[in-house]
Amino acid sequence: MAHVLFEADRVAKSFNGVPALRDGRLRLEAGSVHALCGGNGAGKSTFLSILMGILRRDGGSMRLDGVEVDFEDPVQALDHRIAIITQELSPIPGMSVAENIYLGREPRAFGGMIDRRRMLRDAQALLMRLGFDIEPGAVMSSLSLGQVQLVEIARAFSRDARILIMDEPTSAIGERETQAFFKAIRQITAQGVGIVYVTHRLDEIFEIADSYTVFRDGCFIESGRIADIDRGGLVQLIVGRRVDAIQARPMPECHTTVLEVQSLSRQAEFSDVSLSVSAGEIVGIYGLMGSGRSEFLNAVYGITAHEAGSVTMLGQRLRKGRPDLAIRAGMAMITEDRKDSGLVLMGSVRHNITLPALKRFTRARVLRSRMERAHARSMIERLAIKTASDALPVSTMSGGNQQKVVIARCLSTSPRLLICDEPTRGIDEGAKQEVYALLRRFAEEGGAVLVVSSEAPEILQLSDRILVFRKGRVAHALTAEAANQEVLLHAAA
Amino acid sequence: MTPVAESAFTPPLRVSKPWKAWPQYLKSYGIVATFVALCIALNFASDSFLSWDNWTNIIRQTAINGILAIGVTFVILTKGIDLSVGSVMALAGAVGASLATSSNPHSLWMVIPAACAVGAALGAVNGLTVSRWGLPPFVVTLGMLSAARGVTFIFCDGRPIPNLSENFLALGAGDLLGLPMPILLLALTFLVAWFTLRYTVFGRHIYAVGGSEKSARTSGVRVTRVVTMAYVISGLLAALAGLLLTARTTAALPQAGVAYELDAIAAVVIGGTSLSGGVGTLTGTLFGALIIGTINNGLDLMGVSSYYQQIVKGAIIVGAVLLDVSRRK
Repeated sequence: MAHVLFEADRVAKSFNGVPALRDGRLRLEAGSVHALCGGNGAGKSTFLSILMGILRRDGGSMRLDGVEVDFEDPVQALDHRIAIITQELSPIPGMSVAENIYLGREPRAFGGMIDRRRMLRDAQALLMRLGFDIEPGAVMSSLSLGQVQLVEIARAFSRDARILIMDEPTSAIGERETQAFFKAIRQITAQGVGIVYVTHRLDEIFEIADSYTVFRDGCFIESGRIADIDRGGLVQLIVGRRVDAIQARPMPECHTTVLEVQSLSRQAEFSDVSLSVSAGEIVGIYGLMGSGRSEFLNAVYGITAHEAGSVTMLGQRLRKGRPDLAIRAGMAMITEDRKDSGLVLMGSVRHNITLPALKRFTRARVLRSRMERAHARSMIERLAIKTASDALPVSTMSGGNQQKVVIARCLSTSPRLLICDEPTRGIDEGAKQEVYALLRRFAEEGGAVLVVSSEAPEILQLSDRILVFRKGRVAHALTAEAANQEVLLHAAA
Repeated sequence: MTPVAESAFTPPLRVSKPWKAWPQYLKSYGIVATFVALCIALNFASDSFLSWDNWTNIIRQTAINGILAIGVTFVILTKGIDLSVGSVMALAGAVGASLATSSNPHSLWMVIPAACAVGAALGAVNGLTVSRWGLPPFVVTLGMLSAARGVTFIFCDGRPIPNLSENFLALGAGDLLGLPMPILLLALTFLVAWFTLRYTVFGRHIYAVGGSEKSARTSGVRVTRVVTMAYVISGLLAALAGLLLTARTTAALPQAGVAYELDAIAAVVIGGTSLSGGVGTLTGTLFGALIIGTINNGLDLMGVSSYYQQIVKGAIIVGAVLLDVSRRK
């Protein structure tokens, strides 16, 4: 019987009379990885915030090593050797990797001065031990999002904690780094550290976790050993209803070519990429982080300008670097980071949805709010976007709903081609399935879809054809039937 | 993006428990309430405050800053700033005056467009530098502040341009339809600007760019054009304000408009427009300008020295930004 590091029972928390958590329960054993599952709004974040000392609970009990605890602030939690890898990455951009890792705990030399050389050495040793290929002296602002996440992981590992909480720790990193990360996890759990692992990626749960706990609507639903449950069962617990297995898509008949890309190149990002997408088809692009997939999509759509090659939409050659012309030609794009380049966060749902298609709601150059509101309302209904009013700012919505607003925005211009860059990043299982259904329906109704994803199961589930990117080139092209996870990984690495 | 409380006069959301939405009401009506409270307070402080004469005086004096502030609002909404409006005022005023001297008067139909063209051109230079080359607006417009002032002095040969034509002076002192010209100009500017921001695609694009330039671009907004246009509008309205100022002072002074940009920005900020872009209304700016004008007027009536007025104004600006920041949280 393994030692129980942490035990929580009937933990409750309300905000302004609205209960966010009613019955939070968790039992973490030393040396194990415990997956905490649940959709958005299930209460996971609230529970973890209480565990981390960011919030104080209203009721219930929490025991650390059998001793009752009630943290008043995060410092107390840290003193008890509980550390967290947060979902939202907030590095200090002007400082180096080593400085970020040891922020607040810098090694000191005589008289309290910061020992920079030792800091760099320690950081180098840590990064090597974890197998992360990052220069400890590099400035944070020069790193990619994925590398920033790796630094955040290294930081948590450097803390010598007994309980590590990981909130979507692999959201931005690629397959190879994830494997290195898992290897490091196994190393520290062998030393008795307990890990609470929060992620929407079911594959990872089944790969790394030993046990699970499911929350739904602020309540504990079930917990158990991973070995005793399968993927479908876990999904059912999380979503609360049966999610039917995906039927194999009927092969689309030959239709018009909607998008034709010829030898597209952009220095240091991708080179000589050619592909085509036909109406009714979903073409998936798979590749590791840094393989140039997002950069390629951005160039096709016009967010960046390609340096060589051509993009032709429905027979018309597109001018580079002009998203407005791409939209006019019938393209629409879901970008990789909706908070950064997809939504105007302080704007309302309605205004975000109608932004690219405003001309449709004008009469004699004047915006007609009635037309606009009607359109927004119909989109909200069509995509089942959960919001009390279309005038609320999108910043208040969950990730899944935000992504639906992005899709609604794309559909407002009646596009013939939907370009999607990681369309289900950071959204829960229920919303993911809805997005898949939307994309499929779009293709069935004659649209063309070009989708990039770093999750192999997702690409396999969605695509008719798959292109594998490696180091900026198309390494392999295959049909969905001929593909499986191993083939994809092998071609991408 | 037009924020939830679209303008000072859009009714707040229907909520099931209306009293719980009081922060929302404060957001929408706060500036108006402040203004009303101010008027009530000043009424007690001085008998002559609420007279018709005094009021037309207030609005007439506010007109210049008001027109300036309306133009600057467009720029601040795109997350930029325009420090050059004071200098643009002076240059445009001088150009206008040079075409409207009593010895060689040109028709107002020529004078006004000429001055406005100068303002628009300077605005375009600002706008293109900011949007095409990505230089920070603070630095760009600071440079223009300096350069335009220099050009003004050169243009005027360092001396005032006096003896202006009757027609031109009527811009500042005359009446039309029973209202003093400055008030009419302010009202007209406000109406056109308000309509543009609220009911045109361009207006919506301004909010989008201020909210998130990248997201706006993804949605097909021509960011360079929108940003440049915002600065052009600022320059154009600065020119209009410059003509008004010149008409009222009956001579074009090369040092006219110095530090006017500060009052304009103050009006915009007090009116609730955020310096980080994407949030704000013209109604707010108008009331912001009125509040400044009323405070100046009220303190004058009470005989308070202008030095103390500066302190009061400073305190109000900081207070307004504090309110804005705490609202955001």
